Amino acid sequence: MSKSKVNWPAVALIAPAVIILLAVGIYPLLFALDVSFRQYQLTKLYLGTDYVGFQNYIAVFNDALFWQSLGRTAQFFVLTVPAQIVFGVLIALFIDGMRWRALSFLMRVLLVIPIAITPTVVGLVGRLLFNRDFGFINYLLSLVGVPPVSWLGEPLPAMVTIALVDIWQWTPFVALVMISGLSLISQEVLESGKLDAGGGWNLFWHVQAPYLLPGLTAVLILRTADILKLFDMVFVLTRGGPGVSTELVSVYIQRVGFRIFDMGVASAQAILLLILCIVLARGYIRLFYREVEA
Amino acid sequence: MSVAPQARSVRSARSKRHLFTHLWQGAVALLLLVAFLLPVYWMVTTALKTTADTFAVPPVLIFQPTFEHFRVVYEEGSVAKSLVNSLIVATSATLLSVLIGAPAAYVLARFQFRGKADLWFWIITNRFISPIVVALPFFLIARDLRILDKHIALILVYLTFGIPLVVWLCVDQFRAVPREVDEAATVDGANLWQVFFRINLPLAMPGIVVSAILAFIASWNELMFALVLTRAEARTAPVEAANFMTGFGIRWGPMMATGTLIVLPVLIFALLVSRNLVRGLTMGAVK
Repeated sequence: MSKSKVNWPAVALIAPAVIILLAVGIYPLLFALDVSFRQYQLTKLYLGTDYVGFQNYIAVFNDALFWQSLGRTAQFFVLTVPAQIVFGVLIALFIDGMRWRALSFLMRVLLVIPIAITPTVVGLVGRLLFNRDFGFINYLLSLVGVPPVSWLGEPLPAMVTIALVDIWQWTPFVALVMISGLSLISQEVLESGKLDAGGGWNLFWHVQAPYLLPGLTAVLILRTADILKLFDMVFVLTRGGPGVSTELVSVYIQRVGFRIFDMGVASAQAILLLILCIVLARGYIRLFYREVEA
Repeated sequence: MSVAPQARSVRSARSKRHLFTHLWQGAVALLLLVAFLLPVYWMVTTALKTTADTFAVPPVLIFQPTFEHFRVVYEEGSVAKSLVNSLIVATSATLLSVLIGAPAAYVLARFQFRGKADLWFWIITNRFISPIVVALPFFLIARDLRILDKHIALILVYLTFGIPLVVWLCVDQFRAVPREVDEAATVDGANLWQVFFRINLPLAMPGIVVSAILAFIASWNELMFALVLTRAEARTAPVEAANFMTGFGIRWGPMMATGTLIVLPVLIFALLVSRNLVRGLTMGAVK
C-alpha cells in the first residue's frame, strides 16, 4: 500500500478483524486496568465503585496468598517441565530413529491425542485414576506392595498428582516439537556425524542436540505461559485444594474474582499477570519472528 | 565356493539383528502408546461398565458393556443441552473467526502498511495471555450488556483466540500462493475482492480448513470463560462436566459417559489435523 493512496478494498478486508480485536481483545484489558484502580466488590456494590488509587495493588503486594500462588506455580513448573523435556527428547529420539516407518508414523499421529483432549475431561479422568479406594494408580502401586496413597486428600500428593497429569498431557507436545527439529537433520549430516562422532551420546550431543535448541527454547517459553494460564485441569481435579495446596496463580485469581467477588483486587492481580505474559510474548517474538520486530 | 555360505550367514545375522531391532522398538512403542492412551481407554471403559464393575478392585478388564450410563445422561437432558450449546458456540465462533480472520490474513500476507507490526504483536501475544485476565473484565462488560448466560457472550470472547489462530495459520497459506497469480488476475481486470474471493480463497482452502478445525477444538475445550459467563441456559459441555464434581456422591458412570461424548469430536478432528497441531500451538515457530 503506497503512502499517498489508501487501498480501500484492502482496508475493508482487514478492518473487521481490527475492529473486533479492539472490541473484544483490547477494550476488556483497558476495562480491567480501570477496575484495578477502583473499589469493586460485587457483593457490596452499595459501597460504590470509586477510584482508590493504588490501594488494590498495595493489597496485592501485601497478599501472601498471591505470592504463594506464584511460588506454587513456579514449583509446578520445576516439577513438570524438566520431566517433559527429558521424556519428550527421549521419545523424539526413539521415534525419529525407528526402523518401522509405519509404526513411527502411527506414533506421531496418536501422540496428538493427549494434547488435544479437553483438559476438563482430563481432570475428571484424573479423579478416577487417582482415586484412593479404587483408582488404577493405587492398584498398580499395590502390586509392588505400596499402601494406598490419598492422592487428592493431602497437599504434597495433590501437587504431585496435578504435576503427573500435566506431564502426561504435555510430554507428547514436547516430543512432537523435538521430532520436527530432528527431521531437519539431513541424511548426509547424520551419516557423516555417525562416522565422526560414533553413535550414542556423542552423536546426540554433537550432531542432533543443536537441531533441538530452537524447539527447546519455544517449549520453555510456551510451557511457562501455559502454566501461568493453567486453570481447567487443576480446577476440576483439585479445586486448588486441599486447602490452597494446588492453587496455581490463575486458579487463585479466579477464586478472588468469582468466589470472593473482589473484582478490584482480582483485576490488579490480572494486570500484573498480564505484564508477565507480555514479557514472555516479547521474548518469544524476539526469538522466533525477526521480521515482526523489524 | 566358501564365499557364498559366509555371505549368507552374514546376511542372516544382519536380518536377525533387524528382527531384534524391530522387536524391541515395537515393544517400546507399545509401552508408550499404552501409557499415553490408557486414560482415554479407562474413561471409555468406565462409561461402559456397570457401577459395581467401576468400584471393583482389582479392576475388571473383561466385562459386559452397558449403555446404561449413556442412556441416563441422555434422559436427564442437561448434558445433551450443554453439548448442543457447545456445538452452537464453537461452530459460530469458528465460522466468525474464519470469516473475519481469513481476509485479514490475506492483507497481512500481501501488503505493507503502518501498524502491521503492532497487529502482528497483538496476534502472537494473544497466545500468551491468561484467560483470567480477559474473563474478569469480560464478565463485568457482559453483565452491563445483559448478555450473561447467552451464547453471544461466549462466541464474542472466543474470537479473542479464534481470530489470532486463523490469521496466523492463514497468512502462511496465502504467502504460499504466488503473487504472479494475483498480478495476472489484476491485469485481466479483476479487483482486489475478486482476486481474494475467487482466486486466493479457493487456493488457500486447505490451510483455512485446518485453522478452522484448530479454532473449533480450542472453543470446544474451553472452560474458564464458559464457567464465568454462563449459568444454566448457555452452559457448555465442559462446565456441565466440571459440575459432576460438586454435590454428594460422584456418579462416575454418567460422568465418564459425558467425558466420552465431549472428547469424541475433538479426537476425530485432532487426528485429522495431527500434522498441523504443533504448528498451531507454537504459532508457527515450530513447523
